[in-house]
Amino acid sequence: MRSYSFRKLEDRMMISLAYAALIIALIPLISILVETVGRGLSAISFSLLLEEIPPLGQPGGGIGPAIQGTLIVVALASIMGIPIGVFSGIYLAEFRQSRFASVARFLNDVLTNVPSIALGIFGWTLIVVVIGWSVIAGAIALAIMMIPIVTRTTEEAIKLVPITIREAAIALGVPQWKTTLTVVLSSTKKGIATGILLAVARISGETAPLLLTILGSRFWFSGFTQPTAALPLAIFNFSQSPFRTADLPRAWGASLILIFIVLAINIIVRYITREKYG
Amino acid sequence: MSQHKKSQNFLSKLKTNPKKRFSEDSVFRTIVALIACNIFIILGLIIFKITQGSWLSIQTYGINFLWGTTWQPFPSNPNTPPIFGALPLIWGTLITSAIALLLGVPISLGIALALSEFAPKNFNYVISFFVELLAAIPSVIYGLWGILVLIPFLQNDIYPHLQAVLGFLPFFQGTIRGSSVLTGGIVLAIMIIPTVSAISRDVFAAVPNSQREAIIALGATRWEKARIVMSYGRSGVVGAIMLGLGRAVGETMAITMVIGNSFNMFTSLFEPGSTLASIVANEFTEASSPPVYISALMEVGLILFALAIVVNASARLIIWRSTRKIKEVEMF
Repeated sequence: MRSYSFRKLEDRMMISLAYAALIIALIPLISILVETVGRGLSAISFSLLLEEIPPLGQPGGGIGPAIQGTLIVVALASIMGIPIGVFSGIYLAEFRQSRFASVARFLNDVLTNVPSIALGIFGWTLIVVVIGWSVIAGAIALAIMMIPIVTRTTEEAIKLVPITIREAAIALGVPQWKTTLTVVLSSTKKGIATGILLAVARISGETAPLLLTILGSRFWFSGFTQPTAALPLAIFNFSQSPFRTADLPRAWGASLILIFIVLAINIIVRYITREKYG
Repeated sequence: MSQHKKSQNFLSKLKTNPKKRFSEDSVFRTIVALIACNIFIILGLIIFKITQGSWLSIQTYGINFLWGTTWQPFPSNPNTPPIFGALPLIWGTLITSAIALLLGVPISLGIALALSEFAPKNFNYVISFFVELLAAIPSVIYGLWGILVLIPFLQNDIYPHLQAVLGFLPFFQGTIRGSSVLTGGIVLAIMIIPTVSAISRDVFAAVPNSQREAIIALGATRWEKARIVMSYGRSGVVGAIMLGLGRAVGETMAITMVIGNSFNMFTSLFEPGSTLASIVANEFTEASSPPVYISALMEVGLILFALAIVVNASARLIIWRSTRKIKEVEMF
């Protein structure tokens, strides 16, 4: 048996190490936030938000098309992804005993973990080969990324609905499908909204699939079958520019807007779910 | 009274003839089942399309693609055919992921223990939020931060000292570069911390309190209690690490921006390199001709896809089995 003072020392040391790990992990987070806000704020202006993207290295201009492109692509992906994801989640939760459902649940997890660049290649072979670099191809790649996340969170949210609520509805003579679509869904709409928001936050920052599908552009949106700009792509392109003084401020400005969107969504989610954790 | 009427109204809207109910329910079930089929269709299509796209490369290079070390889309002599081999990419992916695990896992376990065993509950809530934010930051912003903040810092303040101390090892020799395999591994380590720590924390939280109470009753310190918790949740932690590995293997943008993108079998971690994901991100849009070039990049994507699926599926299996074991123990 080791001496008590040694064990006490070991205890103190290991606990300090655990807290040290916590602090080490927070340093990059704080550094990223401070640098993005600090360098991004000084770059942001009305012209940055509203003007077309100049060629690399040229002064002036802005990132307007990138903001517009991100909004359009994410909106289009959400229109396709949310209904499919929510209804798949309903299936997995409501018919969870069936063998089909458990296989589907496993494959859904697999789909969640497909590397994003592989989804880009998929979007390329499926759409770009046929109609060229386009908004549609990007939106489909992002929708495929979104569906498994929404499916999973919808399923988890529905599983949390107490059986008593369901029984109450069925005891009143309501058929099962109406119970699901009205009583169950409305009692868990917060949970489903949370999942949808997190999925939207996730795809708005995604770059790799867009790189191979919407390609990027310097100009305003010109149709669903045309290439378009997007914030993450713009950040990537600016960061690769050899003309650092002209392009890096734009990269930080674009990062600030993107981080603002993503963090705002995450804080809203925290606000919605605050009761769950107390 | 009006409230009563309202609910009566609502009920009459909801109620249907019981005879119709059965068929309506089966129609509903069929419709949602068909929508849920998207999972099978999407996954099947992904596998089919990417395999189809890489077929030309698979036929041309066969199994040699996996251990070839040359990547020449445009050979200097125009009469020789282009050559592709993916070994340096697989090497790059393995080494960067190994660095990520080596640095990221101890930190993640520290966080998970601090949150589940040591820290007070309300502190927990705030810290979990910050760790989740780390997961929410887009990968391209990690990349930008990596290029402009992390690389100058590592290159000037860390790597020279590292070389001075560990320079006798072959991994730390040669010219120091900021955009290198080591930097890539460090960025990946930061990116897997939220995944590994969140799942390990959940695994530790699932350890039954009777275990903690038993060891405390024997007079254990908090650290000794934590060790019991860790050994109880061992297989769940392995699953969490595997999920982190899955994330590291598939990560694309951040690593493309910091790894330096050179195609070589590096020995020193200060050399630039490439991973399976980074070469696709870097070269795909410019690979219009020859057709075998695009096909080779797709085969790289296929290898990456297979690797990520195997790692993630085994992670899920381990986590699933370990939580089932814990639940079974709880029943007794």
